[in-house]
Amino acid sequence: MPNKERHAIIKLSNIVKRFFVGRPNELEILHGIDLEVREGEFLSIVGESGSGKSTLMNIIGALDQPTEGKYVLDGTDVCQAKDKKLSEIRNQKIGFVFQTYNLVARSTALSNVELPMLYAGISKQERHARAKGLLEMVGMEERMAHKSDELSGGQKQRVAIARAMANNPSIILADEPTGSLDSKTGRVIMDIFHRLHCEEGKTIVFITHSPELAKETQRIVTLSDGMIADIREGGRIC
Amino acid sequence: MLIWENIKLAFSSLLANKMRALLTMLGIIIGIGSVIAIMTISSSLTNAVSASFQEMGANNVNVGLKERSEDTTSTRSGLNFGSSNKTASMEESDLITDDMIDALKSQMKDQIDAIAISESLGSGTIKDGSDYANITVEGINQDYFAANKLKLVAGRHIKASDLSGSKNVIMVSDKVVDNMFEGSKNKALSEKVNVNINNVYYSYYIVGIYKYEETGFSSSTEEDATTSAYIPLTTAKEQARADDGYSRLTVVSSTVVSDISAFADSIETFFYPYYMGNEDYQITTTTMESMTESMGDMIRTITIAIAFIAGISLLVGGIGVMNIMLVSITERTREIGTRKALGAKNSSIKLQFITESVILCLIGGIFGIVLGFTLGAVAATLLGYTAAVPITAIFLAVGFSMIIGIFFGYYPANKAARLHPIDALRYE
Repeated sequence: MPNKERHAIIKLSNIVKRFFVGRPNELEILHGIDLEVREGEFLSIVGESGSGKSTLMNIIGALDQPTEGKYVLDGTDVCQAKDKKLSEIRNQKIGFVFQTYNLVARSTALSNVELPMLYAGISKQERHARAKGLLEMVGMEERMAHKSDELSGGQKQRVAIARAMANNPSIILADEPTGSLDSKTGRVIMDIFHRLHCEEGKTIVFITHSPELAKETQRIVTLSDGMIADIREGGRIC
Repeated sequence: MLIWENIKLAFSSLLANKMRALLTMLGIIIGIGSVIAIMTISSSLTNAVSASFQEMGANNVNVGLKERSEDTTSTRSGLNFGSSNKTASMEESDLITDDMIDALKSQMKDQIDAIAISESLGSGTIKDGSDYANITVEGINQDYFAANKLKLVAGRHIKASDLSGSKNVIMVSDKVVDNMFEGSKNKALSEKVNVNINNVYYSYYIVGIYKYEETGFSSSTEEDATTSAYIPLTTAKEQARADDGYSRLTVVSSTVVSDISAFADSIETFFYPYYMGNEDYQITTTTMESMTESMGDMIRTITIAIAFIAGISLLVGGIGVMNIMLVSITERTREIGTRKALGAKNSSIKLQFITESVILCLIGGIFGIVLGFTLGAVAATLLGYTAAVPITAIFLAVGFSMIIGIFFGYYPANKAARLHPIDALRYE
């Protein structure tokens, strides 16, 4: 289904990120990253701890802005965006899946999935209907009314994936989504990502330190010391 | 729409920490409660005072002599006129004469129902063995009963023949009967009592007994409370060897008078020519309206002062709210980060926490109103007034607790809104 002629949905050019940890010390984490992610691509970013994976993910997720360079996400220049615009970008164009799930405690699975739509100003009926549909898609329709602390890790992650899909974003950004799960549950989560990729045609950026999981994606980007050390084709294609 | 979601969210997060929320609210509850309690007591007191003034006669205009001061403008707001000790320096020529009263009556025939005159003979004691009763003896004319509604429980009023004959008759209160005659009215009637006023003994026959009514500001639980006793005016004049004429009188207006202040003014105008040449004294009038007003002003001032002090506890409560909001925000840093990652704008986060703080204060405020009214009502009842609920206080309290919520919630909410999403997501 996905083909290489599709346009680049993520365009990173010469991304540099420096942190100022008190003058004169400054710490350069990313030293000029150039990367394009095509629409409908399932891409993984691997690397050791401290290689700059998380920093790159924060930039791709519009949670942070690069010190230098240019980042265009689905036609929007993220580097020029102010706080309010960044919120909108995160809300509309990006679906986050975190290693630690980050569901809102005390809220039901359903309200967690509704949350991004709430911030998008979608009406209650529509929110409800869409959230229900998404929870069905991840096989959580039975547990819709359960509070997040009544769910297991795998169940929480499925709710989180449904939540990431809420506003039908351009990309899904998954930061070690199976990192806290046992291998069997991790498999279930991976299969959901494959389904989103193959059936829904979603662009997925998948950050992991597991080479095995990375091999399941279409393209593997290896980061080392804040630079792209290697880009290679992955194994599995729909 | 977001507001409603925020309200639901606020309730769920407050319910998640019930004890903490309750303790924080306590500051607001006590603050609002004490302000409301004070306002309830004050409004009960004001009502009681104005009711007792009204009972004394809303249609009455008190006319009295007032010493001329440097500033000759007469005010009708004072409570200071007609004090009897002034009579010492009064000459007979200064007093209001029967001629003046007759002229006043004929000139304002339609407006005047009655002119009550009373002259105090002094305070004294009725004594009989170990029994005693404190009284003040007032000489009165027949019209006195029109201006001062006395509830007769036995016998009769002072009548015209008592006045014309300067008879030694007296009307006493039921308190006197309780003290002297073990409460037996039959025993008391026609009985002779000896009254000691400044070591001079006067004897009177009891002809009437009236019911002593507590006024708003007299404490009457004591057995030796001083009550008024009434004798004919003519008798009082003779016994006091007083000059002819009166230092004060009460004009009871008829139903045709709608504006009592204007009526009071016209009475002052009537007396003006008589006192134009008098260097020492002039006529001044007071109405119940003006007395109620000045009394109300006094109570209000005191209330504001006390409520202000009580308001300080509200400030402390507000600081408590701010403190707990800061704790809550620190605890929920990751949640804030998640919300931001999902697209919450700074303003949405701010609104969420301000709503929570407002809800906290509002619930505290509502409990405070209930507590304040309960305390105020109990206190008012214990003091012997009918509890009155000041409606404006409810709106004031609700509005004020919301303002506290916004004011003390703003800083923590703003702090939450400005958290950097990455720092918030990383927070352990």
